[in-house]
Amino acid sequence: MTVHNLYIFDRNGNCLFYSEWNRKKQAGISKDEEFKLMYGMLFSIRSFVSKMSPLDMKDGFLSFQTSKYRLHYYETPSGLKFVMNTDLSVSNARETLQHIYSNLYVEYIVKNPVCVLGHNLDSELFSSRLDAFIRALPYYSPRAA
Amino acid sequence: MVIFSVYVVNKAGGLIYQYDNYVPRAEAEKTFSFPLDLVLKHHDEKVIVSFGQRDGIRVGHAVLSINGVDVMGKNTGEGKDILEYLRDANNYPVSIRFGRARLSSNEKLMLASMFHSLFAIGSQLSPDVGSSGIEMLETDVFKLHCFQTLTGIKFIVLADPRQSGIDTLLRKIYEIYSDFALKNPFYSLEMPIRCELFDQNLKGALEVAEKAGNFGAGS
Repeated sequence: MTVHNLYIFDRNGNCLFYSEWNRKKQAGISKDEEFKLMYGMLFSIRSFVSKMSPLDMKDGFLSFQTSKYRLHYYETPSGLKFVMNTDLSVSNARETLQHIYSNLYVEYIVKNPVCVLGHNLDSELFSSRLDAFIRALPYYSPRAA
Repeated sequence: MVIFSVYVVNKAGGLIYQYDNYVPRAEAEKTFSFPLDLVLKHHDEKVIVSFGQRDGIRVGHAVLSINGVDVMGKNTGEGKDILEYLRDANNYPVSIRFGRARLSSNEKLMLASMFHSLFAIGSQLSPDVGSSGIEMLETDVFKLHCFQTLTGIKFIVLADPRQSGIDTLLRKIYEIYSDFALKNPFYSLEMPIRCELFDQNLKGALEVAEKAGNFGAGS
């Protein structure tokens, strides 16, 4: 039961925030390339899903899973994208991501007059609160499962 | 509890088989008077709604028919450009039917290849070692399941999110593929599948899976 990593992208594809807790394998490419690839993959999945869908969708793409991990996705109406990779035991992290947005991002970044939106989030308060929140999650355990 | 469609993708990412089991077509037909309060635009040889939602008509819906006559791409049934036709006040009141556009074969080919690449990227970006590609993709309206065989063939099933037993169904489809496509002496590997027995047995398997709601281990 663990959280591997978390990405936050803005509406233009810039990665605003990234942190990892239990990542066992790096992607083999530089961090910048990895962010671009991740954003590109999500953009393509969203477009793929909107074309393939047999009915009109309300929330759109929610998550995908492979044999080893599950990627959870939450997009705010302002185009901010929250992406979290966990292991397979976590079935629904949408509320967690919504909580991260409304109680952490909005409180510590948006309401911070010093933080410029659209650039890398370098608020230490945000990072430490986010870290504490993730570690306190019921499905987080420091030893990788 | 429904299975929407089945796609089979070969090693190179090309679509070799596609079957639509259930296609829910939510359409809305309304009579409009001048001026039209929806904004329409050209997109991919179709006319779609770009702004304005009312009475079951959503952004992204395409114009399907005007005054009962099916449209042909960007033109009405009679060959006139749709946007020109709707800008002319003399043509009103007009009855237009909107709905989700059906995917053309070309679009299905492109989407299958797109998924083939996304499958591989999902494996590359894995934070854990030894991960496969995307096996299940979930949205609020459908769930996409994918099974990749050892030879690189992908069987993709789109189903209702609550439908269970899809894993067994995917393996059953693999079995049907090896029985009726691979053992067919006139079928060439990696080519589009045009085998009647494959179609029949696939339909049968889908019916059983839908009825049971759960493709039993005993079958």
